[in-house]
Amino acid sequence: MAKEGGLLDEGLEGLNHNFLTGQLENLIKWARYRSVFPATFGLACCAIEMMAAGGPHYDLARFGMEVFRASPRQADLMIVAGRVSQKMAPVLRQIYDQMVEPKWVISMGVCASSGGMFNNYALVQGVDQVVPVDVYAPGCPPGPETLMHAIMTLHEKIKDGELTKRRGAGKGAGLVIEQRDGQTGGGRGLEQPVLLSRS
Amino acid sequence: MGADGSPAAQTFEGRQEMTSAALTSAVAKLRESGAVMRMTEEASQQVQETFDGDPTGDERMIMNMGPQHPSTHGVLRLMLELEGETVLRVKPVIGYLHTGMEWTGEELTYLQGPTNVTRMDYASPIFNELVFCLTVEKLLGVEVPERATWIRMLMAELNRMASHLLFMATNGMDLGAVSMMLYGWREREEVLRFFEMVTGLRMNHNYIRCGGVAADLPDGWRDHVLRLLDMIPPRLDEYDTLMTGQPIWRDRLQGVGAITAEECVALGVTGPILRSTGYAWDLRRDDPYLAYDEVDFDVVVGTYGDCFDRYAIRLNEIRESIRIVRQVLDKMPKGDYRVQDRKVTPPPRARIDESMEALIHHFKIFTEGFKVPEGEAYCAVESPRGELGCYIVSDGSSHPYRMHIRAPSFVNLQSLPHMMHGGLIADGVAVISSVDPIMGEVDR
Ligand code: SF4
Repeated sequence: MAKEGGLLDEGLEGLNHNFLTGQLENLIKWARYRSVFPATFGLACCAIEMMAAGGPHYDLARFGMEVFRASPRQADLMIVAGRVSQKMAPVLRQIYDQMVEPKWVISMGVCASSGGMFNNYALVQGVDQVVPVDVYAPGCPPGPETLMHAIMTLHEKIKDGELTKRRGAGKGAGLVIEQRDGQTGGGRGLEQPVLLSRS
Repeated sequence: MGADGSPAAQTFEGRQEMTSAALTSAVAKLRESGAVMRMTEEASQQVQETFDGDPTGDERMIMNMGPQHPSTHGVLRLMLELEGETVLRVKPVIGYLHTGMEWTGEELTYLQGPTNVTRMDYASPIFNELVFCLTVEKLLGVEVPERATWIRMLMAELNRMASHLLFMATNGMDLGAVSMMLYGWREREEVLRFFEMVTGLRMNHNYIRCGGVAADLPDGWRDHVLRLLDMIPPRLDEYDTLMTGQPIWRDRLQGVGAITAEECVALGVTGPILRSTGYAWDLRRDDPYLAYDEVDFDVVVGTYGDCFDRYAIRLNEIRESIRIVRQVLDKMPKGDYRVQDRKVTPPPRARIDESMEALIHHFKIFTEGFKVPEGEAYCAVESPRGELGCYIVSDGSSHPYRMHIRAPSFVNLQSLPHMMHGGLIADGVAVISSVDPIMGEVDR
């Protein structure tokens, strides 16, 4: 619908709607991290806390992630909440493979991250042996706040990461913990010293 | 073959997956179609004939549900044989959350034991700790102080409320009343907040220890509980408006998944499922532990043994728990919260700074644990899901020689084939939900 005036005749002045410009890459990343749909992958105690995070008090909807998808094909994020047994590991991997790229994994709780207090024959000692993990949430169980922190860390990661490539193996989330002494927020525009920064 | 192309899992009891009717033995077929009691020849013949018709016909199919399925409450896997929409056979396949907790329990000392067992039934962790500690105390022969007993009762009843509220949330969710998910969680959060104040954790508290509880109740606990008790009853009435009287809710639940008292007893099913059949069996009343004989409460029973009765029982049990908690508040005695037996109880933190002996004692008891006399003991409590029992054999060392938990969810799960047989597949979801299994406890 060509109108009188408009962009072609009057340049930017001619626009009568609000608009945004930006690099395509940034826009895509913005869209991605604003609606990460988790797959339901509740395994044990941690799953209860994951449900609590989705509940009314903690309200994951604030991050655009209240929709837990039952089908892995509709999900971007797998929150491995709980202990992964030897019997469950192949199932977990299959579900991970069914998810479409781009996809991320949060390992929630010490059991998923390292086997936790159950160092025995039955558990996989860390889900990172089965699927690549982006963020580890510590705790037994991690409270909803911890899960939300993990989610926000993941958001940072999606924002800063490359659009079409997964981070290489062995680099983890690329986060290193640096000394607090004598550090400033630097270019990140933060008053407080930054504890987590990119390697 | 398994779903991922690997060879099908097999145990010495045979294949775990459900096989087609033609390949299944008569006994297995009967079991999977929910035969509980011994049948007459004709009855069993009749059941079998349903499968002889046309096992390869278009209408019959074997379907897999789980282990990753939103309405199986965790990692339960069901294999169903369907005829159209009707369920003919059901085979629950478990073990996807097997954590080896009984084994781990034998590696840990008695002092560390509650940390382990509390992670079994994660919707009602206090009960696991309670039953473990009761059993160890029975072996030790120690007498728990009055106040500890009443604190335990307070926490147990609050935990029962939290657990049933979780059931309200998930049950509503499974049946499409999604707003219940929000309401149930809203109330549960309030209870968890009190737990966090007392134990420091929202779940998996490790609060009940052998010989008492880990810490005394903090200041202001009474007001907090009172606020809770005033807040919850009106909200339960809201649930009544929202669900109990509502025709859709009733149609989805009434007459679905019916079971009789005889069948429950034959299967060993306890808890709200047994009570829904009209059989008033509640360990709090029939085999009182703690101080349940000193409080006044009713055992809620149903009539029809269907999903609706089970829902209504749990809703009313929250009300009974509130009644018990009120009495506990009135009767809470003063005194020690942990037995003053230095063999079992580590010295208080403040003493460690003052005395070398206390420090050594503290170190000893946490590294080596305390020894428990030889013997065996079994204790059972009424958890929100039924009879939760703990059996410990001690060889006189500081670790259990054998620890076994009788998990109510595990036993109750057996009733699934019976309750789902002949129903529609959508009713199956209602049935699973009304059993309220916690897979952590089933698989341990
Ligand atoms: S980390 Fe703790 S809370 Fe989470 S699954 Fe393991 S034992 Fe349960």
